[in-house]
Amino acid sequence: MKLMNSFRTFMLGAATAALTAASATTASAVEIEYWQYFFEARITAMEKLIENFETANPDITVKMTHFPYDAYRTKVAAAIPAGQGPDVVQLFYGWLNDYVEAKLIQPLPADAFPPAKIEEDFFPMVKAMRMGDNYWALPTAVRSLALFYNQRMFDDAGIDHPPANLDELVEMAQKLTQKDGAGNLTAVGLTTGMTAQDHHWIREVLIRQYGGEPYLDDYKTVNYNNEAGLKAFNFYNDLQAKHGVTKASFMDEPQAAFKAGRAGMHIDGSFRIGALESVRGLKWGVAELPAGPDGTKSNYASYWVNAITSKAEGEKLAAAVKFMEYLTTDEAMQIWLETVGELPAKPSAAMTEKNINDPVYGPFIKGLEYARTTVFADESGQRQAMVDMMQRVELQGQAMDESVAEAATAEQKILDGYYKK
Amino acid sequence: MRFYQNLTISQKQIAWAWTFLALPVLFYVVIRFYPTANAFVLSFQEWNLLGARSFTGFDNYVRLYNDPVFWKVFRNTFLYLILGTPVSLVLSFIIAYHLDKVRFMHGTIRALYFIPFMTSAVAMAWVWRWFYQPVPIGVFNNFLATLGFGQIEFLSSTTNALPSVLAPAIWAGLGFQVIIFMAGLRAIPQSYYEAARIDGVSSWTVLSEITIPLLKPTVVFLVVFSSIGFLRIFDQVYNMTTNNPGGPLNSTKPLVLLIYDTAFNGFNMGYAAAQTVVLFTILLIVSLIQLRLLRDR
Repeated sequence: MKLMNSFRTFMLGAATAALTAASATTASAVEIEYWQYFFEARITAMEKLIENFETANPDITVKMTHFPYDAYRTKVAAAIPAGQGPDVVQLFYGWLNDYVEAKLIQPLPADAFPPAKIEEDFFPMVKAMRMGDNYWALPTAVRSLALFYNQRMFDDAGIDHPPANLDELVEMAQKLTQKDGAGNLTAVGLTTGMTAQDHHWIREVLIRQYGGEPYLDDYKTVNYNNEAGLKAFNFYNDLQAKHGVTKASFMDEPQAAFKAGRAGMHIDGSFRIGALESVRGLKWGVAELPAGPDGTKSNYASYWVNAITSKAEGEKLAAAVKFMEYLTTDEAMQIWLETVGELPAKPSAAMTEKNINDPVYGPFIKGLEYARTTVFADESGQRQAMVDMMQRVELQGQAMDESVAEAATAEQKILDGYYKK
Repeated sequence: MRFYQNLTISQKQIAWAWTFLALPVLFYVVIRFYPTANAFVLSFQEWNLLGARSFTGFDNYVRLYNDPVFWKVFRNTFLYLILGTPVSLVLSFIIAYHLDKVRFMHGTIRALYFIPFMTSAVAMAWVWRWFYQPVPIGVFNNFLATLGFGQIEFLSSTTNALPSVLAPAIWAGLGFQVIIFMAGLRAIPQSYYEAARIDGVSSWTVLSEITIPLLKPTVVFLVVFSSIGFLRIFDQVYNMTTNNPGGPLNSTKPLVLLIYDTAFNGFNMGYAAAQTVVLFTILLIVSLIQLRLLRDR
């Protein structure tokens, strides 16, 4: 531990020295531009961060510009090659390949962001941002999954703790399910919806819990058309088909059913917290995702990252590096958590006594330790393959093994098409 | 200046005409023709919105031809047209025909039919989406359940979903078609009807020999108008199936939604452009056929 600390101090010192050297050449004020898409809480948080950063670095000003989500990608793509637009830019982790290939961003300088140190400091899923010897982007905050449960329904059903494993999940869901006289569902034990977060739950959690690995070769090869995959998909399908504790599209959307108090349990991301907090009269709790049959825990994390664009050069580059460094400090991460509700990307910021014991954020943060990040080629296309797989079984009565095989082929085709370049 | 003075009057007129035309011409070139041409070129390229475009020849079209989803979507698009156009025309004609004879609260009833046309398609689609939900929130299914019937899967069935999505689209367009039909009905000279009454023909004959033949221009206009509308259907489908756009299993997906999905979720701009060219061709053919029908009048 001591050794690690001294290593940390050394690296920090080295980084500061490098930066001081860089900023020594920039006597006059530098203005850099920061771009992100429009989401109110993110804007507020970033304004706070910029303010703190500017106080600490009076010779740098940061100008933030934001765009509606739909227009974001096009604007970035048009501006940077033209030598305009942002010096530091926010992008979804899944877009990294595209941005690197289009030469829109540059690798983070290894002296300020040494890969070894990043791997030591950040949660393991951030590794997806490394290409070759360099990191290309880093997150301030990450999102993971957890199980939300309706406290009132739990009390009524006499359940005193959230499910610890999948067997308990099914058992409790059965107790929580309510039906009317004709057998129509009026409240589900557990919400399901492949179009919501369930495809992540299956991919990175259930398949692994049944002993499989969803993809091979850095997510370039589909690997769920096998026994483990089938077990996972069958478990999921049985929730509706065999146990009758749920119905896909019940009340239109899983989160709507949970908000309306008509779902006992609901698996969703940390970004749902804000929306649930504003629902009056709903008493809810959060728990870690249930463990698998052999006790395996897994989770899925996704995140937005910041990167330095290829346009930043000279003193602007130095300022951008400084800004990026600030965005990845524990302080910035705590501000982001408190303003946006997204989880810190570093254990040092996340795993504090206060955060880990937080009844709401705690379970999400614990999930980060064992969370994985799927490297998508085309997230919506790959999701669609899974959505269609389940619907073929549900609506057309196709056998599960055939449907899984068909989905695996469809998804592999998307991956091959993307990586063939 | 001298040059201008030496022109004849007709040459001056031409010069002025072109001066005034320059603005719309420029507008069309920049806003319409350039993007259209660009889309044609793009359909032979590969582009992910970032980075450079690269030529791939006919790859996008070959891929389109071999894509089962495309053919499914192609069928859906024509299903919207083939179901939507006749049903909406027959309904609106029946309503207009009878409304024309109603004197009591005529204006109010006509307004009631017209209101859906003025309502935002998005808002309407969402309301209908909730109507269609299963128990406990769907109005239709709650009603069925109260009467002791089984539930009907509206949007989550591969067979019922397309008609369910189409119904509000037809309903929304009805008001406009009713108004046009009524205008058409009013335009038929009363003397024909008087002559028919003197001859003592049945009301069926009046309808089939006088009213319908004389409404032909109105019908042709409405057919053209509503066909293009149904071929371009998007708002209703997208908003009623946002969780799984065009689902379940692509059973409601029209061509426009496929294009949108390919372009802005898959970032496959070249492939999306190829799909757009196909849509453009279909719209062109349908419009040409209908223009020919119009000319035959």
